[in-house]
Amino acid sequence: MIELEGLTKRYGDKLAVDGLTFTVRPGTVTGFLGPNGAGKSTTMRMILGLDHPTSGDVRIDGRHYDRLRDPLTAIGALLDAKAVHGGRSARNHLLCLAQSNGIPDGRVEEVLDTVGLTSVARKKAKGFSLGMSQRLGIAGALLGDPRILMFDEPVNGLDPEGIHWIRSLMQSLAAQGRTVFVSSHLMSEMALTAEHLVVIGQGRLLADTSMADFIEQNSRSYVRVRSPQREQLLDVLHGAGITVVEAGGGLLEIDGGKAEHIGELAARHHVVLHELSPRQSSLEEAFMRLTAESVEYHAHADPAEREWAAGWKTEV
Amino acid sequence: MAAIQVIRSEWTKIRSVASTVWTLSLAVVVTLALGMLISALSRNEFGTMPARDRISFDPTYVSFAGMALGQLAMIVFGVLVVSNEYSSGMIRTSLAAVPQRGAFLFSKVAVATGLALAVGMATSFAAFFLGQAMLGSLSTSLGEPGVLRAVVGGGLYMTLIAMFSMGVAVMLRSPMLSLGILMPFFFIISNILGNVSATKKIGQYLPDQAGSRILRVLPRVGEDTPYGPWGGLGIMVLWVAAALAGGYALLKRRDA
Repeated sequence: MIELEGLTKRYGDKLAVDGLTFTVRPGTVTGFLGPNGAGKSTTMRMILGLDHPTSGDVRIDGRHYDRLRDPLTAIGALLDAKAVHGGRSARNHLLCLAQSNGIPDGRVEEVLDTVGLTSVARKKAKGFSLGMSQRLGIAGALLGDPRILMFDEPVNGLDPEGIHWIRSLMQSLAAQGRTVFVSSHLMSEMALTAEHLVVIGQGRLLADTSMADFIEQNSRSYVRVRSPQREQLLDVLHGAGITVVEAGGGLLEIDGGKAEHIGELAARHHVVLHELSPRQSSLEEAFMRLTAESVEYHAHADPAEREWAAGWKTEV
Repeated sequence: MAAIQVIRSEWTKIRSVASTVWTLSLAVVVTLALGMLISALSRNEFGTMPARDRISFDPTYVSFAGMALGQLAMIVFGVLVVSNEYSSGMIRTSLAAVPQRGAFLFSKVAVATGLALAVGMATSFAAFFLGQAMLGSLSTSLGEPGVLRAVVGGGLYMTLIAMFSMGVAVMLRSPMLSLGILMPFFFIISNILGNVSATKKIGQYLPDQAGSRILRVLPRVGEDTPYGPWGGLGIMVLWVAAALAGGYALLKRRDA
C-alpha cells in the first residue's frame, strides 16, 4: 500500500505536484494517468525518496521510504529504463542491486529468466534496445520479490509483443495480491490494464476512482435514433419536451434518454424507426470531458496553462 | 540495511566497469615509467649538476617523479567512480536501493579508497625500487632514515588525491566539470601557486603541495615550510575530509 497525504513539490515558483492525497491499494492495477508534465514522474520519485517533498507525506506500508529495511524487498520500481551504467553487464547490474539489499545472488538468474534476458546477461547494457532496457528495469523491480511494484510509462517505446507482455505481467502481479501502480499518458492503455484510476493534471488530483465508476461518471450516455420519418419524429420528441441533438447523416442523439421510453413514444405516434440504440461515449471522450472541466476551472489562468490543455487533446 | 551489504554491492559495481581498470593501470604505468626515465636521466646528469643540487640530491624523491603525472590518472579514477552514477542516471537506481545516503556515499568511498590504497601503495614501492635500480650508485635503500616514511607516504598521497577527487565529484556531479577543474588545478595551477614567491605563503597549504612534502626524504634547500612530512599529509587529510563532508551535505539535501 502506498499512501500520499498532501504531497507537494515546488520547483522555484512552479508547483509540479500540488497537494496530492490518495492511496494505492493491493490486489489491483492502479493506473496513474495524466499528460506529460502533469507531475507523475515527480510523484513517483518522491514515493521512492529520491526527491524531497516541499510539504506533505508519503508512506510505503506505513513507513517512510528511507526507514524501509532492504527497500527493494518492499517496493520495486522501474522509473527510467536507461538509468543503468552502460558499461556494466545486465547480470552485474542486477547483482549489485541484489547485494545492496541482501537478496541472494541466485535470484538474479531467476529474474533474468522471467524477463527473458538470460541469453544477453553478460552483454553490456549500452548495447540494449529500449525494449531490452525496459525488461532489465523490470527485472530490477522484481528482484526483491516485493509486495508493491511501480512502473513509470512502462510501455513507451515497446513493440506490440513487449506491450502485451508487460500488460499480462502487471495483471498477474496484481492477481497475486500485490500492489501495482503504473503511470501512463494514454487513456487507451490504462483501459486495458487498470482497474483503478488516479488522474492528475498540473499536479492536482482530478479523479481517484475505479475504472468502471470513472467511465460511468465521466462518459455521456445517449440514445441514437434513425428514422425515415425524421420530421414527424422530431415533432413527437419536442412535444414530449425531449432535447434532440442532430448528429449528421440523418442520426439523432438524445442525451440521457431511455431507449424504451423513446421507442414507446414513437410507436404511439406510428413513427417508423430504423435504429434505436443506447450508447456510451468512448473512454477517450470521457477523458477529454474530464480535462475540459479542469481547463474550465483554470479558465482565467495564464496562457501557458491553456497551452497545456491544448497539448492534452493532441496526446489523447 | 547492513553496511556490509552496501560495501559488497559497491565492490561489484567498481569491479564491473572498464574505467576502474584503465584509470588504475594508467596510474601505475605512468608513475613507474616516468619515474624510471627521470631516475636514469638524473644518474647521467649528476656529474654536471651544480654543487648545490648535488648536496640536496634526494634519490627517493627522484624515483617518485612519475607521480606528478600518475596522480592525474588517480584523479580520473576518483572522479569516474562517483560521476559514473550521475552521467548514466544509475544514481536513482542506486539511491532507491540504498536510501540512506550516508551509507551509500561512504560505502562507495570506502571501497574505492581501499582499491586506491592497494594500487597506490604497490605503485609507490615499485616506483621506489625501479627508480633506485636506475639510479645505480646514487641509489638509497629503505633502511636509510626517512626513506620508508617517504615510500609509505607516496602510497598514502596517491590514495588521498583519489579521495579528494571523489569528494569534489560528489559536489559537482558532472565528470567533465570535475575533471575540467581538478586536472588543470593539480597539474599546473597548484604548482604555480606553491612555487611563486608571491603566492607561496598560501599555495603551500593546497592539498597536493602540503601532501607531497612527505615524498621528500630531505627538505628542499632553503625551504621554510611551517609543517613537516606528516604535518603536510595531515593538511591534505583535512582537505579530503572537507571535500567529502561537502559532498555528503549536498547529496543529503539534493533531489537525486
